[in-house]
Amino acid sequence: MTLKTIKMLATVVVASTIGLASASADVLDTIKERGKLIVGVKADYKPYGFLDTSGAVIGIEPDLASDVAAKLGVEVEFVPVVSSNRMQFLEQGKIDLMIATMTDKPDRRDVVLIPDPNYYSSGTNILSLKSLGLKEWEDLRGKPVCGIQGAFYNKATSQNYGAEIVAFKGTAEAYSALKAGNCAAFVYDDSAIVAKTNDPEWADYEMPLPTIDDAPWGLAVQLGEGNFAALMSEMIVDWHKSGRILELETKWGVANTPFAKAMNEKYK
Amino acid sequence: MEFFFDWFRVLNQETGVNLPFLYDSYDRNRIFNGFLTTIWLSLVCLFFSVIIGVIGAWLQASSFKITRRIVNGYIQLFRNTPPLVQLYFFYFAIGTMLPRVENDWGGQSPLLGSFAWAAISLSFFAGAFNVEIFRSGIEAVPKSTVEAAEALGFSKLQIYKDITLPLAFRVVLPALNNNLVNLVKTTTLAYAIAVPELLYEANQIWSDNVNVTEMMIFLLLAYFVLVGVLVGGMNRWERSMKIPGYG
Repeated sequence: MTLKTIKMLATVVVASTIGLASASADVLDTIKERGKLIVGVKADYKPYGFLDTSGAVIGIEPDLASDVAAKLGVEVEFVPVVSSNRMQFLEQGKIDLMIATMTDKPDRRDVVLIPDPNYYSSGTNILSLKSLGLKEWEDLRGKPVCGIQGAFYNKATSQNYGAEIVAFKGTAEAYSALKAGNCAAFVYDDSAIVAKTNDPEWADYEMPLPTIDDAPWGLAVQLGEGNFAALMSEMIVDWHKSGRILELETKWGVANTPFAKAMNEKYK
Repeated sequence: MEFFFDWFRVLNQETGVNLPFLYDSYDRNRIFNGFLTTIWLSLVCLFFSVIIGVIGAWLQASSFKITRRIVNGYIQLFRNTPPLVQLYFFYFAIGTMLPRVENDWGGQSPLLGSFAWAAISLSFFAGAFNVEIFRSGIEAVPKSTVEAAEALGFSKLQIYKDITLPLAFRVVLPALNNNLVNLVKTTTLAYAIAVPELLYEANQIWSDNVNVTEMMIFLLLAYFVLVGVLVGGMNRWERSMKIPGYG
């Protein structure tokens, strides 16, 4: 081994330790140094996060993420996540911030840091053929019901109402399976189903049941990133106060939800 | 038994090692059914893939050019495409084109469900390899043996069934073992089309309980044991079929 290679190796070792040291420091510094905020968002959840015709991620949550990046004075990069991997991506540091339609649950707060207050809220409902005439949740007993892998209400739907959950990786597969008749219904967030029932392609389908489990959504940062979480809390309050959430709902064609209105009232 | 299960609940509270498929009866049921589905899917695919292999190898030696071409086309198609793509193709492309039938909840559903498509797709996938494996065995049977059988007045089918195949079987068993082990491992792909097998159920559990690490360790061990049992069985079979002085 020549002296040159030894020197080179030493530089690499030193450089990587510095890299590690800065990674363990505040994530806000890392973001500013990198000049880019990496946000995990949904890419299959119209209108909260979906792909436009050019393949770019757009929607309510990407807009919110862009607000955060603007506040930090950095660029924004979107990483599409799904329900079953979003918390893992955050834990592994693949993303700095996760705004991915995640319901705020106590056991999730053990794994990721969810700043208060909640930025949004939605409940659970189903999309099903009008001709089936489903009226209440009990009607699902014994029927195959499509779902998304990783959604928390899968277990409740099968445990409480006896539905046989057929869970797919993404919504595209689940919608396709519902259309093909592999399931009697698709259990999902009411916010996404409302958007679907307005779609002419889904004119034969309806959202027939009373919404259950109305639960707030939480965005999340890595555990231990207190500074970033404090900043996000401020941002969320700001979004509610300025009516930004209501404005984005209108922009993306969602009727203003009671939660967004109430929060706007509360902080105004 | 309840005491044993409760111990794991305490383990979770005390140490954070979360194994809900042991202490939660709902999750226990899920993982047990997942285990049964994996075993059942494996058995169905093992059976049909071997049948496809035997018949395919026989047709490959057919004197009709067209039959040989069809068999070769089938092998190329299934050997040169990824099994996951085949699964998706069968389930989402072919499955939606089939006629629909009235089901017991008053809707219209496709003729075949996800389990059936997984069984068909994986059998064809492993079958393609099995045809080639059996061909190698058949070609290893000395030509003089076949000629001797012809001289004794055996028909073509009789020669294949009673002479070539039994000898070939002993030659191909190690290679067949290999492919069948791969087949059992490939059944995990069925999770993509929501067949409730072991990986799928484990995924449901780790999604609900956020215990990814524990479930990954469990899955690795579960498949290790499952495939270990298969390999043990096949090795025994190999030994019991041994003819002294042959192979």
